[in-house]
Amino acid sequence: MRLIIREDYEEVSENIANYIKERIRQFEPSSERPFVIGLPTGSSPISVYKKLVELYKQEKISFKHVVTFNMDEYVGLPRDHSESYHTFMWNNLFMHVDINPSNVHILDGNAPDLDEECKKFEADIARVGGIELFLGGIGPDGHIAFNEPGSSLTSRTRVKTLAYETIIANARFFEGDITKVPKLALTVGVATVMDAREVVILITGAHKAIALAKCIEEGVNHMWTVSAIQMHPKGLIVCDEDATLELHTVKYFKSIEHVHHSLIGSENLSLQGGVKQLKSVNNRPTTPME
Amino acid sequence: MPTSEIKESDKIYKIINARLLIEHEIVENAYLWFQNGKIIHPQNLFFSARRDADEIIDAKGLLVVPGFIDTQINGSYGIDFADYEEPVEVLQKNIDKVAKGLLQYGCTAFCPTVVSSAAEVYQKVLPLLNHRKGSATGGAEILGAHVEGPFISVLKKGAHKQAVFKDAKNGIKDFDEVYGPELLKGNKAVSIITMAPEIDGVCDAIPDLVARGITISMGHSACRIAEAEEAVTKGANSITHLFNAMQAFHHRDPGLIGVLGACDLPIPETSVGHPAPSSTSPDRKRPDPRPFYGLICDGVHVHPNSIRMAYYSHPTGAVLVTDTLSAAGLPSGIYQLGGSEVEVVEDGAAYIKGTTTLAGSTITIVQCIRNFRKFTNCPLVEAIEAATLHPARLLGIEDRKGTLNVGGDADLVFLDDTNGDIAVKRVFVAGEEVKL
Repeated sequence: MRLIIREDYEEVSENIANYIKERIRQFEPSSERPFVIGLPTGSSPISVYKKLVELYKQEKISFKHVVTFNMDEYVGLPRDHSESYHTFMWNNLFMHVDINPSNVHILDGNAPDLDEECKKFEADIARVGGIELFLGGIGPDGHIAFNEPGSSLTSRTRVKTLAYETIIANARFFEGDITKVPKLALTVGVATVMDAREVVILITGAHKAIALAKCIEEGVNHMWTVSAIQMHPKGLIVCDEDATLELHTVKYFKSIEHVHHSLIGSENLSLQGGVKQLKSVNNRPTTPME
Repeated sequence: MPTSEIKESDKIYKIINARLLIEHEIVENAYLWFQNGKIIHPQNLFFSARRDADEIIDAKGLLVVPGFIDTQINGSYGIDFADYEEPVEVLQKNIDKVAKGLLQYGCTAFCPTVVSSAAEVYQKVLPLLNHRKGSATGGAEILGAHVEGPFISVLKKGAHKQAVFKDAKNGIKDFDEVYGPELLKGNKAVSIITMAPEIDGVCDAIPDLVARGITISMGHSACRIAEAEEAVTKGANSITHLFNAMQAFHHRDPGLIGVLGACDLPIPETSVGHPAPSSTSPDRKRPDPRPFYGLICDGVHVHPNSIRMAYYSHPTGAVLVTDTLSAAGLPSGIYQLGGSEVEVVEDGAAYIKGTTTLAGSTITIVQCIRNFRKFTNCPLVEAIEAATLHPARLLGIEDRKGTLNVGGDADLVFLDDTNGDIAVKRVFVAGEEVKL
C-alpha cells in the first residue's frame, strides 16, 4: 500500500485528479476496452471532480471511453431530488464532460426489486471486465461507501440500513426533518471495491485521523472496513497533513516518498509505484537527508 | 443512440462557454440546454433516456440572456400597424416584415401597437395581429396587439386623432363595439389596452376586461392621483410611456406619475401581473401593488434624470419600450403615422410635421437597454431585466418568456458585453438560430 501525504485538501485533490488523468492516458482506452472507474459522492471528492472538469476543459482528459460505477444511492429518493447521488454526479461531473450516458452506472434506489438491482449491478461490472480503479473516501468511523462498522469484509452490492448517526448527519440536507431522510441505501460491498484492480482512497481532515490510523496501522477489522485495503495488491491512500495526526508511521511513509523521488528518481518510477530498471544519473544526493 | 433515430425536433442543444443570466445573476460555469424550442433540465434525459447533447453551441464567453420583449411598437420600415387601406395579404406581408426585422436587435417577442383608430380599422387589422409563435425565419413572436386608445383623453392625445376618441358609458359593450369580435378572444388577440381612467365608464369596465386576460395600461390621460389609484385597485397594472401624454408631476396632485409613490394600494394576492418586491415596495416580501410603467429611453421623450428618478422609486416596475413608429429603420424624412404626417429628424426623434409634438421614436430595444443603464447607472442585469423579465411579468407570461428558466421558450440573445457596452451577436427564436 502506498501512502502519499500532501499539505492540504486542495493539494490532495490535485494529486488524485492528476493521477486519474495519467492512469486514463496511459491506459489508452477505446470503445472495446474502456477505462472502468468506481466513483464516490460526498464532500471529500468535490474538489477532485472540479479539477477533473478543469482538466477536461483544458482538453487534457476525455471521458469518451470511460465507464463509471458509483458506490451507492439512497433508496426511495426520486432520481432528480436535490440530495440524490444521481443529482450529485450530474452537477459535479457528468454535466460538464463528454461522458456517454450509456457508460454511466448508478444504483437505482427506486427499482421494484432492490436485490435484483444489486445483482444486476455486480453483473454489469463483470460484463465490462471489472473495475480498473475504484476511488473512494472514508467515514469518521472508517467505513467505505455505506459499509458501516460490522459490515462483512467479503460483502457485495446490497441494501443497507443506514446507521442512526448517518441519518442524523444527513438531516441537514432534508430541512432538518429526520422523517424525510432516507433510511435505506444501496451500496457496493467491501469486496466489490477490493475486487478492483486498484483502490485509491482520499482522506482529508483531522476528524478522519483516527479512522486513518485504525485502518492502516492496526489489523484488518470489520469495525474499520477501509482496513481491507491492507489485503489489496494495489492500494493507494492520499491524505493531508491533518489526517496524519494519529499516525505513528508518518515519517516512515514520507521517507519512502523521499527515497523514491530523490534517490531513485521519478523517471525510474512507473505511475503505479513500480520501479523500473535503475539508470545511474549524476548529481544524485549521496545521503538520505540531502 | 444512432443519429438516424433522432428527429430534428428532438435534438438536444447544449450551450457551453457562456455566462448566463439566471435568477438575477450572471452565472459562469453553467450550461443551457434546450430541445423542441424549450429550455430543459437534461438530468433526467441523461439518466433515463441516456441522452446527451446532440449539438454543442460554443458561446465563446458571450453573455446569454433571454430574448427582448417590446410591448409598445407602432411599426418600422415604413410600415404602420394601424394601416388598413391595403388588401389583407399586403398587410400580412408587412407585419411579417417588421417581425423579421426586429430579430436583429434581439427582440424576439412584441406587441404590435395600434394607435387610436375607427372601428373599421380594428375590425380589419386586429385579426392579423393575433398571438403567433416566433421562428427564426418567420420573425419575432407576436404576443397579441396593444391597442393604444381610443378610450383616451383629448387633453393628452399626443399624435392621436381625437375624432375617433370614445367614452365607455355602456361599459364593456362599447369596447366590443369599437374593437370588434377579436376582443372576445382576450389576450390571444389583444394583449394590452391603453386607456385613460377618467374617461366615462372606463374604470368600471376594467374588471371585465381583466377577466378576459387583457392587461390594462393607463395612459394618454389627464387623470388625478385618486382616479389613477382607483384604476389600479380595479385591475390596471401598467402605465403607458410614463411621463409622456399625462399630467406633469405636481407636488399636491402627482397625477398618474404619482402612482409610483402609492403606499395604500391593496397588496395583490398573486404575483402574476405584478412587480416583484423591492426595497421600495410597501411590503418588502409580497408582490408590489404599484403598476409596471413603460419608459421610452431614447433620451428625447424623457429627460435622463426623470428616468433615473422613476427607476429608483420603483425599480422592479420598469419596462423598456421603443414606441417606434413606421419610420424606424428608415433614414430621416417625412412618413405616415395613423393618418398624420410625421417628420424624423437627425437625432432619430419624430415630431408631427410642423410642430414640437413628439410622435414616437426610431430607437431599437437594445439601444433602450444601453440608454437605460447609462441614465440610471443600474447593474447590467437590471437593465436587461427591464426588457425581458419585467415585460414578461407584466403580461403574466413569465413561465415561458423573459427568463432562462427551465420550461421557458428558447428565445436567446448572445451579447458581447466587453468595454461596458452591449452588442447583439447571435439571436435564437424558439431554439432556432436567426441568420443575422
